[in-house]
Amino acid sequence: MSNRVILDPTSEKKMVSRELLARPKTITGQTIGLLDISKARGDVFLNQLESRLTTAGAKVLRFRKPTFTKPAPVDLRHEIATKCTLVIEALAD
Amino acid sequence: MTVTKNPLRDGWTIIVKRDCATCVMVVPVIARLARELPSLTVYTQDDPTFPEGLVSVSDLDLAASWHADIDTVPTLIFRANGVETKRTFGWLRSEWRELTGIADLGSELPEFRPGCGSMSVDPDVVDKLRVRFGGEILHARRIDIAAAEDEFEAMFSRGLTDGLPVVPPTPERVMRMLSGTSRAPQEVVAIAPPDLVELTVEKIAINAVMAGCLPEYLPWVIAAVEAVCTDEYNMHGVLATTMPVAPVIICNGPGTRAIGMNSGVNVLGQGNRANLTIGRAVQLIIRNVGGGRPGEVDRAAHGHPGKLSFCFAEDETGSPFDSLSVSRGFDKSQNTVTVFTGEGPRCVVDQLAREPEQLAQSLAACLRTVHHPKLPFAFDAVLVLGPEHARVFAQANWSRERVLQEIHTRLQMPGSEIVRGAGGMAEGVQEAFKDATLPKFRPGGLLLVHAGGLAGLFSSIIGGWVNGSAGSDPVTKLVTR
Repeated sequence: MSNRVILDPTSEKKMVSRELLARPKTITGQTIGLLDISKARGDVFLNQLESRLTTAGAKVLRFRKPTFTKPAPVDLRHEIATKCTLVIEALAD
Repeated sequence: MTVTKNPLRDGWTIIVKRDCATCVMVVPVIARLARELPSLTVYTQDDPTFPEGLVSVSDLDLAASWHADIDTVPTLIFRANGVETKRTFGWLRSEWRELTGIADLGSELPEFRPGCGSMSVDPDVVDKLRVRFGGEILHARRIDIAAAEDEFEAMFSRGLTDGLPVVPPTPERVMRMLSGTSRAPQEVVAIAPPDLVELTVEKIAINAVMAGCLPEYLPWVIAAVEAVCTDEYNMHGVLATTMPVAPVIICNGPGTRAIGMNSGVNVLGQGNRANLTIGRAVQLIIRNVGGGRPGEVDRAAHGHPGKLSFCFAEDETGSPFDSLSVSRGFDKSQNTVTVFTGEGPRCVVDQLAREPEQLAQSLAACLRTVHHPKLPFAFDAVLVLGPEHARVFAQANWSRERVLQEIHTRLQMPGSEIVRGAGGMAEGVQEAFKDATLPKFRPGGLLLVHAGGLAGLFSSIIGGWVNGSAGSDPVTKLVTR
């Protein structure tokens, strides 16, 4: 029978799924990164979060993507990963 | 066992088939050559018993014919040190004599008879031969479709389509598609977002088959994919945005006419294979290779029908202006694709303007509404100027630059009109700009293309997306074979 074999049009890669880390029992003492993706009013949300997290005993570091339309640069991701124990990203949509 | 290398040896070779009157006619010549040229090998394509009385080698699998690139039988070849140095085909007595050095060869035959088509170039078998003898260049995983499975349904069930049926990418079809480019199948053309995987010419060809492309469209697909995978174009963002945008592919150059693209009636609509399948192939590549699927990385709130395919050619021969590609620094003899991130097109109706100023005013008023009449500067647009509208400008001797400048002049927006809250609309610019004058489009942010049917005082606007380094810039690439 003809035409019974086709060529795979995909990248032939399998996506790796990773398990979420265990949720922290408390935020006291955590270093929490707040990532602003540079979209309008994301700062309003993050300012509020920073205030509440700081009150709750966390250390807060602020980060910002150059533009919301592109993935965060590798260096920024690395910096957050090395400095923070938790990260919260503000999506404006 | 299939021979995959050129089996021709040094010395003389003749390739014939029984089903060819010229081959039958030259049998006495072949018999004489067999006596006088000890190195002679005769290959027979269709019947190993032909020519009777002579030793011949069966070429039923057409390996010798394929590798020797035989178009016509009979063909006479001489090779020395592994290199072909002499060849003639058909029957031209003087050439056969000159090549063999036998002065009275074929005296009893007419001076000339054309040969017949080689079986190795028969359209019914050439695709299979291409796979049999050249198929090792294909590296993609082979998927067996079970006997009871419908191949079209199989493509749907594996999530490989855009919602419409696709042409099953068999090795034969992919090899035929690859004949449309001189680029090597494993050449990496781009890194395809969003999964950031290496995109080879072979994977592009597979998806081009699925989209319904002809091989001559492949260079256009490759150029368009190169363009959308640049950092400037930002395909990742175009996918991930919640706005209804996708690549709009605008083709320029004489090649658009050569492959039969539509730049006229219904230019943005259905009905033209090149327009529709080139655009569709780009979308399938991003979906299948890049991994950009609706509801996954593609987060569009609404999307638009052009996300299936949005590709057209500029009408250059009927245009009073320089083309889009010339305005972007290319020569009109060059073939290019320009990719623009756009929403669906909308119509501008002005059937009354006969003065260029009036028409510029109408176009500006409509262009102001791109995404929101109170939002300046952030979004580019393509103005697809219909021929009847272009004529109004041409009769006043307005150039492309003049048209754009006149429209820009009419799109300077007072801050008081577009500040947040003005006109009862919350949307708008921040209060700090209330005393400023802001342009609707950034410099170069309005692209002009001449296209459409000859009747109808209409134009089309294709609104853009976030522009510049924060979003997407239009990108133009050369189309090379």
